[in-house]
Amino acid sequence: MCSLALFPPPLPCGQATLCETNNELLSRSASEDCLKQESSPLSLYFPRESLKPHSRTESSSKAAFLDHCETLWMRSAAAWRDAGLTGLLNEIANSSAEVPKWLSVSSGCVLALLQRISSFHGSLFPHLTLSSEDMIAEFSQVLKWSDCAVRAFAWHPHTDKFAVALLDDSIKIYNPKSATAPTLKHRLQRSVAAVQWKPLCASALAVACQNCLLVWHVDPCSLSTRPSSGCAQVLSHPGHSPVTSIAWSPSGSFLVSASPMDTNMMVWDVAAESCVPLQRVGGGGVTFLSWSPDGSHVLASTPAALFRVWETRMWTCERWPCLKGRCQSGCWSPDGSRLLFTVQGETVIYALTFTDTPGIPSNTKGPKAAAVVADLSETTFNTPGGDIVVGGEIQSLAWDPRGERLAVLLKGDPQARDRPAMIAVFKTRTSPIFELLPCGFVQGEPGTEPRLMQFHPNFQHGALLTVCWSNGRITHVPFYFLSAGMARHGLGGSPPQPRPEERPADYINQTLYTELTT
Amino acid sequence: MSCLVCTITILAAASVAWAVLLLPPSIAVFVIISRVSLLHPIQWISECVSLLTSATAIFSFILLCGVVLIVGFLNLEYYTVIPSIACSKIALLGQLLHPRQFVSSLVHCILGVIVAWCCAVTIGGRYQTLGYPCTQADGSPQLCLNEYQVILLLAGAFVGYCHSVLGVIHNMNYVSFHTVQQYKYLRFKGSLPLVVKCSAIQALYSVRNYLVVYFFLGYVPRTWICKTLNLQLNRLVCSLHPLDTIAGLLDFSLLYHLWISGTFLLFTWYITLLLFRIFVTEVYSFPVQSSFTEDVHQCLPKVLTGQQPAILKFLALHDLALLSQHSPSRRSEVFSLSQPGGHPHNWNAISQECLSLLADLTQRLVAHHDTVATNGRAKSLSTGSDKKSLSSESSGTILLSSQGTEDVMTPRPSVLIKTPASVFLRSSVGSPLTVPFTPDLDSPFSSPALRRLAGPVEQCSPWHGTVQSPHIMRRGPKLWSTSTGERGLQNKTEHVIPIVDPCAIWVKNFLAKRVLIMYLLNKLPEASSQALFADTQSHIWALEGLSYLVKASFSEDQFGVVQTTLPSILSSMLVLQEAVDRHFKLPHASSKPVRSTSSMEDSSYKTLRFALRATLKTAIYRITTTFGEHLNAVQMSAEHQKRLQQFLEYKE
Repeated sequence: MCSLALFPPPLPCGQATLCETNNELLSRSASEDCLKQESSPLSLYFPRESLKPHSRTESSSKAAFLDHCETLWMRSAAAWRDAGLTGLLNEIANSSAEVPKWLSVSSGCVLALLQRISSFHGSLFPHLTLSSEDMIAEFSQVLKWSDCAVRAFAWHPHTDKFAVALLDDSIKIYNPKSATAPTLKHRLQRSVAAVQWKPLCASALAVACQNCLLVWHVDPCSLSTRPSSGCAQVLSHPGHSPVTSIAWSPSGSFLVSASPMDTNMMVWDVAAESCVPLQRVGGGGVTFLSWSPDGSHVLASTPAALFRVWETRMWTCERWPCLKGRCQSGCWSPDGSRLLFTVQGETVIYALTFTDTPGIPSNTKGPKAAAVVADLSETTFNTPGGDIVVGGEIQSLAWDPRGERLAVLLKGDPQARDRPAMIAVFKTRTSPIFELLPCGFVQGEPGTEPRLMQFHPNFQHGALLTVCWSNGRITHVPFYFLSAGMARHGLGGSPPQPRPEERPADYINQTLYTELTT
Repeated sequence: MSCLVCTITILAAASVAWAVLLLPPSIAVFVIISRVSLLHPIQWISECVSLLTSATAIFSFILLCGVVLIVGFLNLEYYTVIPSIACSKIALLGQLLHPRQFVSSLVHCILGVIVAWCCAVTIGGRYQTLGYPCTQADGSPQLCLNEYQVILLLAGAFVGYCHSVLGVIHNMNYVSFHTVQQYKYLRFKGSLPLVVKCSAIQALYSVRNYLVVYFFLGYVPRTWICKTLNLQLNRLVCSLHPLDTIAGLLDFSLLYHLWISGTFLLFTWYITLLLFRIFVTEVYSFPVQSSFTEDVHQCLPKVLTGQQPAILKFLALHDLALLSQHSPSRRSEVFSLSQPGGHPHNWNAISQECLSLLADLTQRLVAHHDTVATNGRAKSLSTGSDKKSLSSESSGTILLSSQGTEDVMTPRPSVLIKTPASVFLRSSVGSPLTVPFTPDLDSPFSSPALRRLAGPVEQCSPWHGTVQSPHIMRRGPKLWSTSTGERGLQNKTEHVIPIVDPCAIWVKNFLAKRVLIMYLLNKLPEASSQALFADTQSHIWALEGLSYLVKASFSEDQFGVVQTTLPSILSSMLVLQEAVDRHFKLPHASSKPVRSTSSMEDSSYKTLRFALRATLKTAIYRITTTFGEHLNAVQMSAEHQKRLQQFLEYKE
């Protein structure tokens, strides 16, 4: 089992990770970094100050504007429309001067009863008492989602474009091959928790919003910088909000969405805008979804200490109760046979192996128990700048599409200066036995911490990890290696090989996707 | 073949058996709810138990079993996998008045009465019997009519009739295949709350309408029953309020029992329908090839290519789509060669059938597009001259009247059919030349756009500025407004059609002025597009099956059997893609699906064209991402190569 003690020590202060080549992580000083990074087209910088989050909430600003001289009827109708039964009862209970006494008293009683019931329900499932913003922050894969400038990030599965969801509820799409960067804004696009591109499609982008799902159709050939909201399909289902996680099936035919408030997991047929709810009551909701790359399984974690693995042929599920906490994050190996996941409150990575071959319709049970494959408990490193404690709870996992590198985002401790959030990268090997080997830590500029990470889905020379930092910067860390699986991928000939003698500084001036020629 | 058809019947029988098994619990729930009395719970429960074990309960259970059997038989007899979409109100009316439908409505009425009688007996009390002994004013004992039971029985008939009529309007007999596969039990469990909700809501509306009808026309059946059964109508003694007064009908307990009975009736029928749908659409796995000659006709290639009922063809295509996705062993059978001879018969049969399906759809789309396009041109010629002559109002009338006539002759928009009637209508319309032929020039909203587009054309049209015929002067109802202002009323009919029957024109104009007829003839929005794609589920599966098989062939096809057909597969997909794109660019084709409401109506046929568009694109991408640059070596026309390049670069 691999532990953090085997890792090379983190970089001294002032250094940032640049890339991996020849089996070692290269770094360079941050000042150099800042200058060079500006020139790279895909390294983006979204200063926190330039983005204004929406502070408006319908109820808070209402009192300032609404005319209070309306009749009771009008107010009741408005309350019913805005806040449903509780709003109506509240309105009646509060305007005791205008209504008969028995009515206001009885509505007050009913209200109290409702609150009792909901608090009882909330005590069973504590997450139900959270506001929807807090809930997204709690269950998001992004570290400290609520004050993060970049709230979601998604590479296109086939091309070199990506979508970035920002704090001001807009989404920007960047493509190195085109000069235009379309900005997507929609009235319903608030508190974006996740974005994902549809596989086997050039244009469709699914967005998980506070109240609904949006599927944007952004024409890749269009020169428009502000696609109209008519380009977006709105998918909503009563009770299914806020949406915290979405996943497209790898064949592009379905979209599944999850909400911690809803015990249903929705399987959407996006073209027809219809959905099939798959209900399992235990757990009290669904927080995180991950579809295996071969399309045969879906991981669905719940707010309780329980997660499910759905089999997508007949949509049956296996229950996996965890002992300690809820399943925080998970990722699948490229062939869909192995699931790595982490549990809140624990500092280890578990693995599950699914050996049943897809195509045999059966209830073949997978493994009986999960195996611990890595221990990420806190480890102290001595660096010239002082001791640094790395390790602890895990925020998210990412596995590169070839199954050779595994990135783990460690939460760290925001209060303590010497316990920063950190990305630990493992080398992974699946045959003959599954194995994790230490690779190193990925660090950014001093004073920044990683918030969100994702691997590029088809990087030619190895793996490319995109990291969004707390200062609003997005950088890309390439890992150059040759893999055994490469021969399968590169059918067109031998894979291009980066020059080993290339100096790190030379990489930066090149765009990431041009082939490095000698 | 007959064996496979038998399979469907067996499935339907199984669904009916389950529906019968579900009857006792639903009867129990009905009894409990109908006799609810919260103040005497113990009495309530004991009464229910004694009732459920009584002979009447068993007798009504047997009756209800018979009802469910007949409903199940009607489901099997009337179901369809390709919905029949009425393009206008008059076509819908035609469907409603069809003899077949009439029989169905009648049977539903009778079944409704039977179920209502069972309900009446079960509820008991004042609903128990049809007659009761009473004393006349002169003191002589007689048998009087119990109006409470009459009202309940008639309610059953009314709800049954409504169910049957709504079934036609909402295409309730349409059976759709789900994209998400689930086990039957889970699917049933998931749909059960919806069934309860739908039957309760529909029963509520039906009872409301029924009460209105009974208030005005209730005396007719009542006196008829009195006469035939020789019963007396005793208003003075039997009840305080006669039941055709407002006070009599506003009896809360009566309303509650009517509603509960209606809900029970609809619930049992909907459950039967739901189970039928679930059983019939379940995946059926056909063998790809068989070593026994007597089983050959049950194999997938034979079922796909043979003349089969639509349901079998759909099941086979569904199975093909699933096997191409999930089952490597069955795929290898598809790619295999025949033992003596070494021909890829399986693959050839499957791919040819799928390709012919796609070609058929392409042809249909192109034909439709051509009709609309020529129409637009013809219309623009005449309406173009409106710019000078025709007022917006009358042009509106022309369009309306011309749209209305089309459906009467061609409910299925595919080819131009020149019937004598259409010729007559054409001449009588007296406006654009081809309009009456076109099955699909439906939307009045398209006309201003077309007119604007064709604006410059009309300047050089040969009919520009010719003499007008005076007898076409007319003024129609203004149903929508166009931006053009008031202009003179003129038309070019005589030049388009030299021989005009003035009488026919008069008739047409007369009809055009009648709002009701216009309403009936007016096309339903989107209906023509829906009708065009009514059976598109089969094309979606064909696309999925082909693309997954081609994708799998990249690594699994040992003999290269797929390679020979790859160019034709790609080109037929690209041609279809072009046709679909053109269809969605038509002004009346909306770009987004309408939000479906949650009811028992299966409205998935309304969104099939969107699903087809998405599936088609995904299918082409599936092939291009798998083969990548190798596709440049495939023999294809330059235009298709260019198109494919767009897909390879992810620019579509």
